[in-house]
Amino acid sequence: MRQSTLATDRRGFLKAGAGLLAMTIMPSGLVVGDAWAQMPRSTKPETFAALVQMSRDCYPHDALKDASYAKAVEILDEAARSSEADLALLEDGVAKLNKAAGDKGGSDYASLANEADRAAILEAMAEDPFFQKVRSNLVVGLYNQKDLWPVFGYEGASADQGGYIDRGFNDLDWV
Amino acid sequence: MAAPYDLNDDGVVVIVGSGAGGGTLGTQLALKGIDTVILEAGARHETWDFINDEWDSFSQLAWKDKRRTSGDWRVSKDFPNLPAWIVKSVGGSTVHWAGASLRFQEHEFKTKTHYGDVAGASLMDWPIDLTEMEPWYAKAEGRMGVTRTNGLPGLPGNNNFKVMEAGAKKIGYKEVHTGRMAINSVPRDDRSSCLQIGFCFQGCKSGAKWSTLVAEIPKGEATGKLEVRPECMVLRIEHDAAGKVTGVVYADKEGREQRQKARIVAVAGNSIESPRLLLNSHSSKFPDGLANSSGQVGRNYMRHTTGSVYGIFEKPVHMYRGTTMAGIIRDEARHDPGRGFVGGYEFETLSLGLPFMAAFLDPGKWGRDFSSAMDNYRNMAGMWIVGEDMPRAENRVTLSDETDEHGMPIPDVHFDDHENDTAMRKHAYGQGKAIYDAVGAVRVIETPPYPSTHNLGTNRMSEKPEDGVVNRFGQAHDVANLFVSDGSQFTTGAAENPTLTIVALALRQADHIAGRMSRGEL
Repeated sequence: MRQSTLATDRRGFLKAGAGLLAMTIMPSGLVVGDAWAQMPRSTKPETFAALVQMSRDCYPHDALKDASYAKAVEILDEAARSSEADLALLEDGVAKLNKAAGDKGGSDYASLANEADRAAILEAMAEDPFFQKVRSNLVVGLYNQKDLWPVFGYEGASADQGGYIDRGFNDLDWV
Repeated sequence: MAAPYDLNDDGVVVIVGSGAGGGTLGTQLALKGIDTVILEAGARHETWDFINDEWDSFSQLAWKDKRRTSGDWRVSKDFPNLPAWIVKSVGGSTVHWAGASLRFQEHEFKTKTHYGDVAGASLMDWPIDLTEMEPWYAKAEGRMGVTRTNGLPGLPGNNNFKVMEAGAKKIGYKEVHTGRMAINSVPRDDRSSCLQIGFCFQGCKSGAKWSTLVAEIPKGEATGKLEVRPECMVLRIEHDAAGKVTGVVYADKEGREQRQKARIVAVAGNSIESPRLLLNSHSSKFPDGLANSSGQVGRNYMRHTTGSVYGIFEKPVHMYRGTTMAGIIRDEARHDPGRGFVGGYEFETLSLGLPFMAAFLDPGKWGRDFSSAMDNYRNMAGMWIVGEDMPRAENRVTLSDETDEHGMPIPDVHFDDHENDTAMRKHAYGQGKAIYDAVGAVRVIETPPYPSTHNLGTNRMSEKPEDGVVNRFGQAHDVANLFVSDGSQFTTGAAENPTLTIVALALRQADHIAGRMSRGEL
């Protein structure tokens, strides 16, 4: 949560929030959808899809759709549009994931069926700057997506509704 | 009307910082008719500007200037450039604080006497004691409207408190209530009562929470004797050949250097910036920094022994609803070495919103274990541990070799946990788990300390000049017209949230300064 990166992340996140609704990630790992297809992209489509799967594996929430993880990955992708080093980190990182998947008998990371196999690959590269970049991006890039807060039971701002003084600040009745 | 003072007016008291220490001192001096200028590094954000959103509010209020860290504390690994979660805004960290207002216990002013020699710790008795402080605590409580004092009712307990209270009573704790809080439980002081908004840390949007921004500074300004100058970052304090301070040099909003003359300077920039400023004010006369003949400036940095315990239950808690810290267990606050450590600790209710929970629950952690905890956010209850940590000479703020945009060296904050801190935290984690287990927790999580909100001790108060930086009134041992007015003057940290003590010391210091000025001694 260093602020210098945060500010960038927040801007990236706000920008990335638009235009992704019509997107779906197919079981093949390919991303389809009109709005999606029109967006400029720095990473290769397969790379982007692998990053989405990797993001889910970092913070697996079964209730969340791939689109939510893709919104977070979009922040990385956008940053990579103006940084060759960032782009190389992502492409090379996914190449490493795929190689590790090959060692486990898979064709690539995203199509490895077993979550535990994918988690083991990530665990083995947990100190890698690539992994840390993708994971740390999610702390804000995923959990600060306001439309996801209700899924977790978080209600966000309350002052504009008069606080909780008449809305259940002490409604707990099970203790 | 706020009085604008001339840069060449050498009759003003200049205070660096507008938080609990500086904001209170400046207001009290103005109320006594003394011309006062507060230089505040941050901008002025008023109640209606505050944001009910954790990251956006952090961007608005937090002190984000780059700092460095070192030592074995986990904050240094997880947040290497953010040792402290404090505020850069008019009102300082009273904008962010949660309101817990506790007096120190008698023995906590005399730790050397009561705890004895603790290896690896630089314990020392304060030159003042509880008896001397009691009238000032009473004044501070009255001024701040602390609940459960002066006939003010306690705040109502929220869901998070209900869980903690039930568990605490089941395991036998006796002193459990909704705290002594500087948050209005009834309308008073032209401010409303608490609306249970739940964003206490983000600046209270109802105005119910005491801060120097809403409850002190406006009263000082109304006297015509106080000017608060925001976005002014003080870079160094200057002195004359006799060693008396003559004023300060600061960078204004446009980054231009200005020189404000002063009759007296009081430093209240919190325990990282205050020693940074003194160390950066070195000269040929004071080569190791101003007020540092003892070599103690920057040393004995304390941050309280903290940690959090989060319990996950089968049913919803919605812990974020309502006053964040209106809940306390005081049974462990006593000094009882039989537990395996000296000093004591408090449990206080605490919650984070989902975004900050993601960042702080277990920084760096990932995978199913972490995400499954987040999946249960709605069923989570939380409490904070705040206990006395050991002062250590090597835990210190120093100037690094890297400079900021004003050319001022950025601070490095070094901290190693003392084994007493570790033992206390372990005990508290165990008791916290027992509390939640007693009311049916399905999982309990030990959360490591957040970036420090209680920063203390780096200009410690001492009886003898060779042992510390300031005397019993916060006056520098080395420089008669230089004062320290924030938590950096704490000799030791006690188990209590520090703000009430900072305010009480500031009120006492204002009385002292005004008296000596009127007698022509300053």
